[in-house]
Amino acid sequence: MLWTHIILLGQGAIMTVAISAVAITVGFALGVLVCAARLSPVAGLRGLGAAYVSFFRGVPLLVMLLLIYHLLPAIGIDVPGVVAAIIGLTLSTAAYQAENLRGGFLNVGTGLVEAARMVGLNARQILLRIRLPIALRLVFPAVVNEAIMLLKASSLVSVVGVADITRDAQNLASSTYRPIEAFTIAGAYYLLLNIVLSGGGSSLSRMLGRHRA
Amino acid sequence: MNFDPALILASLPDVATGMAITILMWLGGSFMGLALGLAVSIARRWGGRWARLVLDAYVGLMRGTPFLVQLFLLYYGGPYAGLDLEPVQAGLLGLTLYSAAYFAEIFRGGFEAIPRGHVEAAVCVGLTQAQIIRRILLPEMTLLVLPSLINMFTLLVKETAVLSIITVPELTMVITAIGSANFAFAEATFLLAVSYWAIVEITGLIGRFIEGRLGRYRLV
Repeated sequence: MLWTHIILLGQGAIMTVAISAVAITVGFALGVLVCAARLSPVAGLRGLGAAYVSFFRGVPLLVMLLLIYHLLPAIGIDVPGVVAAIIGLTLSTAAYQAENLRGGFLNVGTGLVEAARMVGLNARQILLRIRLPIALRLVFPAVVNEAIMLLKASSLVSVVGVADITRDAQNLASSTYRPIEAFTIAGAYYLLLNIVLSGGGSSLSRMLGRHRA
Repeated sequence: MNFDPALILASLPDVATGMAITILMWLGGSFMGLALGLAVSIARRWGGRWARLVLDAYVGLMRGTPFLVQLFLLYYGGPYAGLDLEPVQAGLLGLTLYSAAYFAEIFRGGFEAIPRGHVEAAVCVGLTQAQIIRRILLPEMTLLVLPSLINMFTLLVKETAVLSIITVPELTMVITAIGSANFAFAEATFLLAVSYWAIVEITGLIGRFIEGRLGRYRLV
């Protein structure tokens, strides 16, 4: 009885992991672009980047998901709930990751950049060989942290009909009249996934640390 | 898509009520969470081994699971465990228990960041343990953690939107109800997004003002 429930929610767990993984990866790429805009020498781009970050960090994810889920059909684009969910999570995490990246770039020691310039590296080389690798290493823990936050926040996609852990638990709770068991199993899944994520994150972080400048 | 502002104007009183409940839930839950979080962080540090073990588990559980799942467990599971709560009560309790874990972590970081020398100096001049906590550690820690506390408060405004799922009649629930009653869901949700954006930006402004004012007392 209990085992069948655990296996049932396992399907939801696969969905949760899948949409979180897509959102965090695509969101990172988008975050790089937003961060580049925020650090750009062009004032218009900087303003645009700042507005993006402010808006997507200022609106609750639930509201963002509802907005995308209902706005896209209203302008003639019909998307299934899963796609709306991934778009919402991606746009939101990109704003947070852009801010983390910006912090990483601003924390690259000016001495390192000056030294690189002294030995004759050009701007492109300095960016690709000095600033980018150091910034990425600096933000790595923040990315892991963001992945954990995103995994938890992804529980909200159940509202737009995606069959994730939380949605499966809701169905289980209403069909068995045992909400305590259903939501405890759901919580245990999230906890387990987060422990795996943070454990994997710290060992990756140690591996990256071997090349510390 | 045809946007009709009259729809929103007609239901302005409802929107105002929803906004009031959102702010009430937010401030109520956050301040109770702040108090509980402080108590938890003090008990974790000075309460002995068992208190630390239990409270570490509490903080880990609350921070490792989604707020929505916690709310479901409380609201739908509560009655089966003899805890029959109205949506508003469940929302407040949920928000308090959830935020307390994060506040406790913030306070822990603050306590750890206070230089040992300050505590040693206090011991030398003969202050008792309680005096040291109240007169040295708490004031110093408050200044240290202020930016994190303000950040947490702004995060919590957004978490209140989740309360609509367990039918707390706050802003998100009110506006989405108006939207679906009038088949204007996209407009209503857009208005909702802008409202939260405004609240978050205003909270940020107030936070920076408080930080500026209290920053004058900063020692370390």
